[in-house]
Amino acid sequence: MKKLNRRAFLKGGLASGVAVAAVGSAKKANAAGDFGGYPDSMGVLVDMTKCVGCRTCEAACNKEQGLPAPAKPFTDMSVYEEQRHGGLPRRTTEKEYTIVNRYEVEGREQPLFRKFQCNHCQEPGCLTSCFVNAYTKTPEGAVIYDATVCVGCRTCMISCPFYVPTYSYSSPTNPVIKKCIMCYDTRLKFGRPPACVEACPQQVMTFGKRTDLIGLAHKNIQDRPDRYVDHVYGEHEVGGTSWMYLTAVDAPFEKIGFDTHLGKQPIIYYVKEFLAIVPMVLLIWPALFTGFHLLATRKDAQKNEESES
Amino acid sequence: MGMKKRRLLGLTLIAVMVSSWILPGSALAEVFELDSMKNLYEGVSFDHDMHIEVTGDDCAVCHHHTAGTAPAEPLCVTCHANSPEKDDPRCSSCHVKDVFAAENMRKVWDTPRLYHRGKPSLKAAYHQGCLGCHEQNDAPVGCTDCHAMTEAGEKFYHTGTCAPEPKSADQGGGHH
Ligand code: HEC
Ligand code: HEC
Ligand code: HEC
Ligand code: HEC
Ligand code: HEC
Repeated sequence: MKKLNRRAFLKGGLASGVAVAAVGSAKKANAAGDFGGYPDSMGVLVDMTKCVGCRTCEAACNKEQGLPAPAKPFTDMSVYEEQRHGGLPRRTTEKEYTIVNRYEVEGREQPLFRKFQCNHCQEPGCLTSCFVNAYTKTPEGAVIYDATVCVGCRTCMISCPFYVPTYSYSSPTNPVIKKCIMCYDTRLKFGRPPACVEACPQQVMTFGKRTDLIGLAHKNIQDRPDRYVDHVYGEHEVGGTSWMYLTAVDAPFEKIGFDTHLGKQPIIYYVKEFLAIVPMVLLIWPALFTGFHLLATRKDAQKNEESES
Repeated sequence: MGMKKRRLLGLTLIAVMVSSWILPGSALAEVFELDSMKNLYEGVSFDHDMHIEVTGDDCAVCHHHTAGTAPAEPLCVTCHANSPEKDDPRCSSCHVKDVFAAENMRKVWDTPRLYHRGKPSLKAAYHQGCLGCHEQNDAPVGCTDCHAMTEAGEKFYHTGTCAPEPKSADQGGGHH
């Protein structure tokens, strides 16, 4: 189960979708993929070579978003030793919209720290796959959602190439999606950078117009080819993301948990194909739904058991 | 791991000895209180004189070309080998606090042909400028080494007197 990659599932869906719904949806998908994002949208350039892993961004997110108190202080660095099942690093949860992970990379003296949160895709898979249109990509660049219309179907979790949306299980009868909204309500809307960006003592993150940031990123690479890998992650991946990354030459993206095989096409392509099977899926939806829920609650129960012991 | 560090430290020590031998008291004998941003942390007592000794009078390590010595970084030398020293070489005279304020972003991005568009904020200029050398020379790098945490900081980081009670957060937290 742990290896059932969500996108593999989608692509699988694609194959069977084509088989079931047959011909002719590929062209439509193409047209839908040409949007390319709002021209003046804002973004964040993350320079991971500068991160010292102090977790100030996590604390800032917690405060700004009014999230529950953390299990451990944000000054507690033992979280870097925490792992999920299968040795996977920490990930975002309903109570933590951003987290920092530490990577020990062979051949590199210091660890590399990687901040993780929603990447705010130019053409978000979550948005396209949502049946109730809970998601919006704002002209400012944020991917936000309306939790009041969310029915908790979790399709967005499956369609997200970065495994970002998580669900609030606090209320098992009404699970709603939770994720980073780039501080849209309180900051981005007013032209301010997200709280994590501003709080960072090292300015690991630069806030600005996405197109400007791409220029800056390439200039930085050109200026210091011995420091940076010559790639701006998120410039093209899945059709481009608002959050983009630079990494160190001795800690290439594939060694610090980035999926470097996502390709340049928006997830929308896969999703459109996936949606072709929706009419069929809708028939079996209630069953599927219950299945998902059972799975989730079982996982939760397991988790509780573990933390109790 | 140790090799490079130790050599650097050795070089630094030699530099210290040489500089204090050749250039006694050439520097500004001063300790600056850097506290214009204090909020989560108290201010920092910065021993300028000691640091000038540590760097062997190489002002450019911190001040770029603006305090009288030429920059050492090859990248900067290409354009600033002969740049003049500035009247005010304080970090705060060039590095602004609120870099992402709309007004500052306009200034940075709407000035045609501006070369330096990634100039860090004042807070970042300090940390980027101070932490790199400290890390390589076993000088303080912990977040409370240079500045003590304030009450506001303890609240912000949920630490000290505001630390979560063990276990309680598993039940959903939110006791503050
Ligand atoms: C080498 C010394 C040094 C170290 C180590 C250091 N800082 Fe600072 N820090 C400074 C200086 C100098 C200032 C500027 C103080 C001022 O002007 O008010 C500052 C200011 C700050 C500020 C803004 C002021 C405030 O109180 O909100 C934050 C936040 C901060 N530091 C966080 C950190 C964190 C987190 C770490 C650990 C990664 C850290 N610092 C480590 C020197 C240091
Ligand atoms: C380790 C870093 C470092 C080195 C090396 C260093 N400085 Fe500074 N200097 C600072 C900092 C930090 C300040 C305070 C800046 C501020 O207030 O924004 C400062 C302030 C100054 C000021 C302003 C003093 C005032 O009264 O406000 C002058 C002038 C100056 N430095 C000159 C020099 C010269 C000349 C050298 C070389 C001999 C030198 N500095 C080396 C970090 C350094
Ligand atoms: C390709 C040429 C070029 C390179 C390389 C370069 N600079 Fe500059 N620098 C400029 C120009 C042009 C300006 C004038 C302001 C601007 O365009 O940003 C400037 C301005 C400055 C200033 C402000 C000086 C003043 O008198 O107000 C500082 C400080 C500075 N540069 C530091 C650096 C540092 C540090 C490096 C190396 C990391 C560097 N520069 C590399 C071209 C360059
Ligand atoms: C005359 C203006 C000026 C003064 C004074 C100044 N800086 Fe800068 N600083 C710049 C500019 C311009 C850049 C952008 C250089 C670049 O693009 O790398 C810069 C870049 C930096 C960087 C990033 C360096 C890098 O390699 O990317 C640090 C760190 C920094 N400054 C620290 C300081 C500190 C600490 C002081 C005070 C001791 C200081 N600066 C004083 C103009 C100044
Ligand atoms: C070029 C290297 C270098 C740079 C840059 C540097 N430091 Fe240091 N700093 C040192 C060394 C080395 C020591 C340890 C000195 C010792 O223990 O004798 C030190 C010690 C300190 C201490 C502790 C002093 C004490 O009394 O124990 C403070 C505080 C400090 N630095 C602040 C700063 C701040 C703030 C900056 C940035 C504005 C900075 N340093 C930049 C090398 C540097």
